[in-house]
Amino acid sequence: MAPMAYLDHAASTPMRPEAVAAMLPFLTERYANPSGGHALARDARRAIDEARDDVARCLGVDAGEVVFCGDGTEADNMAVFGVMRRAGDDAVAVCSAIEHHAVLHPVEHTGGRVVGVDRHGRIDLDRLADALDGSVKLVSVMAVNNEVGSVQPLAEVAALVRERAPDALLHTDAIQVHQWLDTAEVCRPFDLASISGHKFGGPKGAGVLIVRKGVTLEPLVLGGGQERDRRSGTQNVAGIAALATAMVSTAESREVEVKRLGGLRDDLVDGLAATIEGLVETVPRDHKVAGNAHVCIEGVESEAILYLLEKGGVFASAGSSCSSGAISMSHVLTAMGVEAPVGIGAVRLTFGWASTAADVERALEVLPAAVAQLRRKRSP
Amino acid sequence: MSSWLVAMSGGVDSSVAAALLRAEGHEVVGVTMKLWGGASDTGCCSVADVDDARRVAQQLDIEHLVFNFTDDFHARVVDPYVDAHRRGRTPNPCIECNRHLKFDRLLLRAEALGFDGVATGHHCRIAVRDSVRHVARGADRAKDQSYVVHMLGHEQLERICFPIGARTKHEVRRLASDLGLRTAAKPDSQDVCFITSTGGRAAFLAERMSTRPGTVVDATGRVVGHVDAVELITVGQRRALGGSGGAARRFVTNVDVDAAVVTVGELGTLAVERFELDGLVWSGKPVTGDVLVQCTAHGAVHPARVRANTVEWLAPQRRVAPGQSVVLYDVDDEIVVGGAFAA
Repeated sequence: MAPMAYLDHAASTPMRPEAVAAMLPFLTERYANPSGGHALARDARRAIDEARDDVARCLGVDAGEVVFCGDGTEADNMAVFGVMRRAGDDAVAVCSAIEHHAVLHPVEHTGGRVVGVDRHGRIDLDRLADALDGSVKLVSVMAVNNEVGSVQPLAEVAALVRERAPDALLHTDAIQVHQWLDTAEVCRPFDLASISGHKFGGPKGAGVLIVRKGVTLEPLVLGGGQERDRRSGTQNVAGIAALATAMVSTAESREVEVKRLGGLRDDLVDGLAATIEGLVETVPRDHKVAGNAHVCIEGVESEAILYLLEKGGVFASAGSSCSSGAISMSHVLTAMGVEAPVGIGAVRLTFGWASTAADVERALEVLPAAVAQLRRKRSP
Repeated sequence: MSSWLVAMSGGVDSSVAAALLRAEGHEVVGVTMKLWGGASDTGCCSVADVDDARRVAQQLDIEHLVFNFTDDFHARVVDPYVDAHRRGRTPNPCIECNRHLKFDRLLLRAEALGFDGVATGHHCRIAVRDSVRHVARGADRAKDQSYVVHMLGHEQLERICFPIGARTKHEVRRLASDLGLRTAAKPDSQDVCFITSTGGRAAFLAERMSTRPGTVVDATGRVVGHVDAVELITVGQRRALGGSGGAARRFVTNVDVDAAVVTVGELGTLAVERFELDGLVWSGKPVTGDVLVQCTAHGAVHPARVRANTVEWLAPQRRVAPGQSVVLYDVDDEIVVGGAFAA
């Protein structure tokens, strides 16, 4: 197979081998339902309890505050609807304009308020202050933006909300955090936080919602009362065990990896900026996480660039994809005030635990050549 | 071997077009254009059609891409469609989509990405006469689509192919069925993709333009009825003209949007001996003299003589609605020699 560079870790990461190993027994011999009463069931139950302890330790919370669920989107929905359905008819939810659709759409669905961001993709605190009042019962601001990588000023957000909307619960979509920042630290001031396993070497189909003690949510899924009645349904034991393993590995190697991957990211962006005219780094590096290289390239279109990247063995992404697979200028760039001619040339290259210097070399060979080809032909 | 970007709509014709090119050993990549973001009969973003196209591509073991051309589709197809109605003209959005999207933007994109050209599932062929490429009738005359791609000229046709043009629809469906393609029995699309069957044209336009009620008069100027929206009336129409029934069947013979007056008459009064063309483009050398003329997508052809911008029917024909595409074929009814709009 031709050399390939996977630079789409913000979309999903390859699973860490130890996470795969942690998962396999529950797909084979340890198959029992963890809710059962017999020894095999207790064995599965124990795996979940151990995983819950590991996750709690990594996130700086009590085990009872960890709710396992299907994925990040479900965690976000549990938070928004779980709060708002208990909050009364006049209650208002607030979120930032660059939230993942898993938060944005639920907040919009409840008729909530959406707060703008600055040109670096950080929530505008003045506008947030304006949006807050006594009717606000939930504020959801993501910790790290999935597209452009901008880190949100969560401590300031929390302080502002506590002051202006003291009854509001605070939720953060922390799905892009764990690989890059100490999730426990980032989420500390928040009542609710969403995590997704496949963003840091765990499996798809496993997520966590942190629910602080004293916070009660209306459950979205009713049934057997698993997860202390907060999320019914037989737990995904294999997924939960693997998520916890990947989370622990990621936390242990984080310090070293952030340096290593940040260096690779810098090499890549510096190299691209040196060879491609009209390339703009969407968010300055000191405002974003180490593994994100989001750039906008003038005079080309994402769809065309991504195809040529793929032909050259480089796998990246652009704006948000709709369910048809079509790429459009993302709501994140629009909210940041990026003009369409620049924003339609967006390319997101994201690093993860499996990235190497060879990936950077490959991308530096392929991307400038692709841009040159499209500019020669004046890509429509 | 050459490389083709195949426009796959999710229908049976483009599915088989891709399959045939693949079977011939060409490098083939399928692409579905996302054109319309609003409501449609096949769901938001036509996701169901994209699913069909992608699954067929997987079955054929070719790559499948989705290109988002909604911006151009709006600017070049939908907005002009609304504007034409506002001016009382009869637009053909499918032809404009072919002109501006499939065979312009997509073709340019294909070239930029290094493909030799674009293939589509149209029922038509390419023929060379005097070293000039022309769009030619498809083998299945009942399904022929040369009318809707008539605007393609020599240069473009060098980079376009119509893999199913030499086959009948029946053969195409049988091939799809033999290959086990999920689109084998899918019904043909008939209608404008952005007009839903529930809302219809009137509802679509009502959201995008203001309409005015109009007076219906006969040839003498006597008022015989009223219509709700004069902009939605087309020359040749005979339904929904208000007024009392019982009289001889009346057809629209003229629409004056500015004055909000619709003139009607009996079928005989609709007939004209000649009409003028707008924006006439010849496929090869300009033609003077005998041609065959087609004025609707699946309408009959009638013999005429063309001189400069005037079409003279050999026998009087129904008046062609202004804005309608007029396609000129050679006297053997094999190739497109020119195309224009009815003035």
